[in-house]
Amino acid sequence: MNSVLPDLVVSLVFIGYAMVMLLSFGGLLTWVERKQSAVMADRVGANRAYIRIPFTNIKLVWLGLFHGMADGLKMLLKENFKPKTHDAVGYFLAPFVVFTPVLLVFAVVPFGGTVIPGQLIPALAGWFGDRAYPMQIANLDAGLLVVFAFSSLGIIGAMLAGWASDNKFSLLGGLRAGSQMISYELVMGLTVLGLILVYGTVNLGDIVRQQSGTIGGVLPAWGIFYQPVAAFLFLTAAIAENKRIPFDLPEAESELIAGYFTEYSAMKLGLFMFSEFIQIAVVGALFATLFLGGYNLPFMTDAGFSLPGGTEIALSQAVRVPLQLVTFLGKVALMCVIQIQIRWTLPRFRYDQMLGLSWKMLLPLSLANLAVTVVWMWLAGGGQ
Amino acid sequence: VNPMVKDRVAPSSAGVTGVSFGDNERLAAQKGGAAGQGAVPAAAPAKARPPVRYARKQYWNEPEMTLWEKAYLPEVLKGLAITTGIFLRNMGKWLTGRKGAVTTYYPEERRADFAPRNRGKHILTQRPDGSPQCIACNMCATVCPAKVIEIESGFDPNDPAHPKYPVRFEIDYSRCVFCGMCVEACPEDAIRMQDDVPNLVSDDRYNMWMTMDEMLTWNPQQDVAKPYPPKPVPLVLGESVKRGRGQ
Repeated sequence: MNSVLPDLVVSLVFIGYAMVMLLSFGGLLTWVERKQSAVMADRVGANRAYIRIPFTNIKLVWLGLFHGMADGLKMLLKENFKPKTHDAVGYFLAPFVVFTPVLLVFAVVPFGGTVIPGQLIPALAGWFGDRAYPMQIANLDAGLLVVFAFSSLGIIGAMLAGWASDNKFSLLGGLRAGSQMISYELVMGLTVLGLILVYGTVNLGDIVRQQSGTIGGVLPAWGIFYQPVAAFLFLTAAIAENKRIPFDLPEAESELIAGYFTEYSAMKLGLFMFSEFIQIAVVGALFATLFLGGYNLPFMTDAGFSLPGGTEIALSQAVRVPLQLVTFLGKVALMCVIQIQIRWTLPRFRYDQMLGLSWKMLLPLSLANLAVTVVWMWLAGGGQ
Repeated sequence: VNPMVKDRVAPSSAGVTGVSFGDNERLAAQKGGAAGQGAVPAAAPAKARPPVRYARKQYWNEPEMTLWEKAYLPEVLKGLAITTGIFLRNMGKWLTGRKGAVTTYYPEERRADFAPRNRGKHILTQRPDGSPQCIACNMCATVCPAKVIEIESGFDPNDPAHPKYPVRFEIDYSRCVFCGMCVEACPEDAIRMQDDVPNLVSDDRYNMWMTMDEMLTWNPQQDVAKPYPPKPVPLVLGESVKRGRGQ
């Protein structure tokens, strides 16, 4: 048989799954954010948008789920207003430069274990043979480096939008976004460095597989138990990267109207908003992969469960693959909820406090964490 | 003695003793006799201004934070615990079929503590025959601070008790401030206010005009302040009137 075609089909299926997952997370999170903040504040939340079944008077409200659709429709149908003096190329490109890297980061995140299509669906056995595919769009050895390479592209988009809008508020917002994201990216990189030392690899698939063991036979060998400080610092820095409250200084509406996307309207504004929501999901996915054992439940490997008591439960592929997919989605959803909870709890920092937190608190902490990890690894390795 | 200090003292002491500022030099010479050379003319430019320090202003009620609070993280966790607790409590209520919010789903739902004397939509009271009690005297339109009431009066020769009646009585709810002064001004108890404004919202400002037939929905047969038909009331003269007539 042709040797490239099955690979291509599997890749396309994975890409389709990842795209659908991210976009539906982006859409659903608008609803989750509205409802969660409402429940936190003793309110009901958005519940007016409805779809009427044609020719009847039945209105489907579904707890306000259609508000996201109404938002999208509004964004698409609105006038695409441009300021007279904008820089045409930069103004056009900026939303895409912000949006694309967020999606690209997910390319190296594994969302499931190894799948062998020939065994999963016997009808395809002749075509696929016994090829095995890790459920991941790109199984790159440089996984984590790719994540940082792409996620730092977002700065360019934010600054480009701020510059090309030719508006003082936008420019200030772009400057703030630039300095903020650079500061926190440093922290993020340094915290993950400790994790790389522990796992000895930057391949995200390997990192997840190493987390299926146990620490001392009881605790799952998750990154959050190896590196609790790093987990905290990573989450903080990731929220700051995402430019949401309490770190939403680039778009502080009481000071800068909407910051770097003040002059954007219609779906271009929608892209900025949407990328923010997708980034919540991507941060959740990264956190789950690095610190929460990725797609595996505790004590679970691709072969099945090996519980602390010594019990082994073998899982067939038909059970394991859906279980891993659902586990991953559940972990990402949990992280999204935690991020939204933080967003609706904390007030915004002052700008000097925000940069001070990064350079005076988080950076020394991450360096200390790294130093402790190095010494620990050196001692664990027998002082060599 | 620092000459700068003296220089600064001079105007204030001048103010106290009632000497004008022009006398600074004389005053400084008098006071600075002992200091001798120390007295300098007030007009001399200040040589060394203290350097401006761009420090954040300290307020008298600046919160004193303990080390625990300055660490920030414990307080963050405390705040998260509070919001998460409220979230879980409300979510538990919703999931068990109870209401987990203090807001109401107006107008489908109405608060139980909605005040009965709340001022809302206007009502034109009616006589037992269904005609509006209004006599188109225009007092409500005159007193209205928002100028939202428009009345067009008509003449009815068949009703000698109330020959004037409203042909058109309209209120612009987009401008009405619900102050209730029209109700107070009405001599006939012809206009009242309901406790809320149902279906006030509109896409179009011209739909915000409420016409007379929309306000004539309520017919309080027994609840009018004036009995109908009106009884002849004997003329009673007040004390002041009588006194005025006697002298």
